[in-house]
Amino acid sequence: MADNRADTRISMRTPLARVKGLGASGHGVEHWWIHRVTAVANIPLIIAFVIIVAALAGSSYEDAIAIISHPLVAIILILAVISVANHMRLGLQIVIEDYVHDKGTKIAAVIANNFYAVIIAVACLYAILKVSLGRILV
Amino acid sequence: MAEAKVAPRPLSPHLQIYRWSWTMAMSVFHRATGIALYVGIALFAIWLVALASGPSAFDAVQWFFGSPIGYLILFGYTWVLMHHMLGGVRHLVWDFGYGMEAAQRINMARFTLIGSIALTLVIWVVAFIAF
Repeated sequence: MADNRADTRISMRTPLARVKGLGASGHGVEHWWIHRVTAVANIPLIIAFVIIVAALAGSSYEDAIAIISHPLVAIILILAVISVANHMRLGLQIVIEDYVHDKGTKIAAVIANNFYAVIIAVACLYAILKVSLGRILV
Repeated sequence: MAEAKVAPRPLSPHLQIYRWSWTMAMSVFHRATGIALYVGIALFAIWLVALASGPSAFDAVQWFFGSPIGYLILFGYTWVLMHHMLGGVRHLVWDFGYGMEAAQRINMARFTLIGSIALTLVIWVVAFIAF
């Protein structure tokens, strides 16, 4: 079969649409791709996260402040929060789109999902920054 | 069109019709663990916000996580996290086009479960020794 995708006499698809590659939804493969990129980023970040949380278990308030406010810990946690929040937002959107069939409920669920992910991310980032900024370990 | 005989349309069977296989179980687990992590991360956010709020809020949250229920949640969360991570690696391997053969699929699915349990135990043993 001849490739006639660029020929507008045969195909309704314009060459521009083909170059953009966004498809019918207008989003292309962004969702899928960012889900993979954040998945790859999550692996080292989560390994570091587990070690940090293990160090925090049962610690006093002063110890916890000292650990979280360490620049390396704070930076790793901030990166982890950004990557994880995006990954979980994209992941749950797939679950919603698979199982919620009523259009109105689906849109409401996707919006709620976005709100939840942003609230989690902002709460974590604000707390990390508040604890760490301006604090120098002596 | 005198007697339009409607042939029984093929229907996609429900989940409970299928015989459980390793790959199916681990696929369902991957999704379930993803949802559990989605909900569970709120606990980490609460812990961080409590730390940022001050000593009294922090002590209350830290007391909860130090209680038997808290430890059970943290242990479960560790396993769920490791399971989802290994399941994700499995998906990344598939994305590169490897591990599609039947034997490889089943072995990878088994490794996801065994590996996640092993990793969880190692993390907790190491955490108890080191910290």
